Amino acid sequence: MTELVGLFDANLLSSILRFVAPILLAALGGLICERAGVFNIALEGLMLTGAFAAVVGSFFLNNATLGVLTAMLAGALLALIFAVLAVSLGGDMIVLGIATNLLASGLTIFLLRTIFGVKGAFRDENLKGLGSITIPVVKDIPILGPIFSGHSWIVYLSLLLVVVTQYYLFRHRLGLRLRGVGEVPEAAATLGVSVSGQRYVAVILSGVLCGLAGAQLSLGNVTLFVENMSAGRGWIAVAAVMLGQAHPLGVFGASLLFGLSDTISFRLQGLGMPSQFTGMVPYVVTLLSLFAIQLQKRRRAAAAATAAAPAK
Amino acid sequence: MKPPTGARLRGALRAALRALQAPLIAIAGGMLIGAAIMLLAGHNPVEAYSAMVEGAVAGRNLSNLVSTINRAAPIVGMGIAAAIAFRAGFFNIGGEGQLVLGGAAAALVAVYIPLPGPVVVPLALLAAALAGGLYALMAAFFEFRFNVPLLVSTLLLNYPARFFTGYLVTYPFRDVPSGMNQTNLVPESARFALLGPHTQLHAGLFVTLAIVVVSAFVIDRMVPGYEIRMTGLNSRFSRYGGVDVKRLGYWTMFASGAVAGLVGAIEVLGVLYRFIDGALTLPLYAWTGIMTALLSGSNPIGVLVAGLFFSALQTGGFGMERSTEVVRELSRVLQAVIIMLVAVRASFEFGLGKKGEPET
Repeated sequence: MTELVGLFDANLLSSILRFVAPILLAALGGLICERAGVFNIALEGLMLTGAFAAVVGSFFLNNATLGVLTAMLAGALLALIFAVLAVSLGGDMIVLGIATNLLASGLTIFLLRTIFGVKGAFRDENLKGLGSITIPVVKDIPILGPIFSGHSWIVYLSLLLVVVTQYYLFRHRLGLRLRGVGEVPEAAATLGVSVSGQRYVAVILSGVLCGLAGAQLSLGNVTLFVENMSAGRGWIAVAAVMLGQAHPLGVFGASLLFGLSDTISFRLQGLGMPSQFTGMVPYVVTLLSLFAIQLQKRRRAAAAATAAAPAK
Repeated sequence: MKPPTGARLRGALRAALRALQAPLIAIAGGMLIGAAIMLLAGHNPVEAYSAMVEGAVAGRNLSNLVSTINRAAPIVGMGIAAAIAFRAGFFNIGGEGQLVLGGAAAALVAVYIPLPGPVVVPLALLAAALAGGLYALMAAFFEFRFNVPLLVSTLLLNYPARFFTGYLVTYPFRDVPSGMNQTNLVPESARFALLGPHTQLHAGLFVTLAIVVVSAFVIDRMVPGYEIRMTGLNSRFSRYGGVDVKRLGYWTMFASGAVAGLVGAIEVLGVLYRFIDGALTLPLYAWTGIMTALLSGSNPIGVLVAGLFFSALQTGGFGMERSTEVVRELSRVLQAVIIMLVAVRASFEFGLGKKGEPET
């Protein structure tokens, strides 16, 4: 029992949302694409591009917020390329997604050398990171304090964006159009909604969100850029979209689950468990939860079939 | 009656040219875009590309060409592994996990089973094929039994495999005195022989070539090959035609994973002589292999050519990094751009639905 309490000390609690935010932001982007009928597996590359651009922007403009804006812009730009190739030119989205990830990995390393003259990693004392916000009263509440207080503004924004995405997709006219394009593109087109227009919007939004996610990695969690620092989080986000059934709250829950298993695996490592086993945790948890979701789906479908009612 | 040899030859030539057209245009476009990127970054593309060509094929005693061929072997092997699955419409992007499990299995068999070489080598290859094949089979099982999309499960399974093999060579099977995360050396009798006194080329290359030839034969000529192509083109149609898509899926995924496992074994027995944590994953063999399958439209002979080309890009990248200011990762950018251009032209039909979920 004491071990369990030790597992969840203030340090661990305060790192949960920091781990969750990048995955959540990227997953929200993936979710919007999914709803518009675009299978976007380029999240990893978009996030990595954002992480790099954030460092470039913050370093040269001497301002972390401008760094975040640079990241959003760079994410949007790469997403635009993806959109042109996938939406306008009809390229296979999976192939393009894989290629975009590879492009981001190579291009960031190329630019790291070209712009900063280094290989591997870039850190500099003049590089401005995002400060952390301490919430006055909340910070003194046990448990909740360390969880919610003391993060960069991107972390709080990511939580807010869950609500915004929910509202946009299910309560707003534009969101309805976007979903229509994803669900019945022919009908949406008949009603005068531009299918490719909505898909462009979705893909570019995902680029912006992944840019934010990357900025949180390179200016929030740490203040430096390392080659391939997204380290598979974009793929975890793809799984989070699937696990959350392309629903903002579901995706939030899935991201929380992955962030939590990430944090716990970090802590177990501190307790002397081989890092190889703790490293597996997030991926195994992801796979197991995908099973669980599919089993539940099947059970519900079977129940609906026996009740002879239309499945919802 | 005169056989219309000329006409047939011309027809075959025209077909070959048509098949080559898209990849060649993509490669030319990729090189041009790469040159533009270098110009924007203030580098001289002519200098960089000539350094790349030299790094890929020149060198004393053609040493660079030898490294290009040596590097091409695992890329081609992983390309075949990917192509087998892609042809049947199964997006297996878990080659990396299957590769490291195969490599580790081969190393453990070769290091710890004290039998003569001619017995141990086939045993190691078999163990590697089984390890890779069964791991891929697991993903197929998840898809067919639990509807977990193969694309996602194969990718996610890469990480546990990497961590698990990393654990094996960090704790129970570590070569402790070496201070590195690696197994003991494979005994000389269990290694693939070098093809000459002054070369790094080894007998395992013939195994890779055999894999290419066999897969070309199976995919294009045999009944399972026909079935695999049909399911790749249209799974519902094949089901009406009496093809057992699930059974075929299991076999295809097993074959794909087994080839990936074999590639790991060939690298361990022919190049590395031990399993080293990260040595099979850091060069991105699996991902480059996927690229070769995409560039060639999953044609085994095309994979061979594309594999040599991408390998040349990569070894050339090392030469470019040595003699110019351009980093070797530019090769990765070129590969990505080439694949993007191919993707726009190609019209694959993978067995995945629009949302990445298989139909039931």
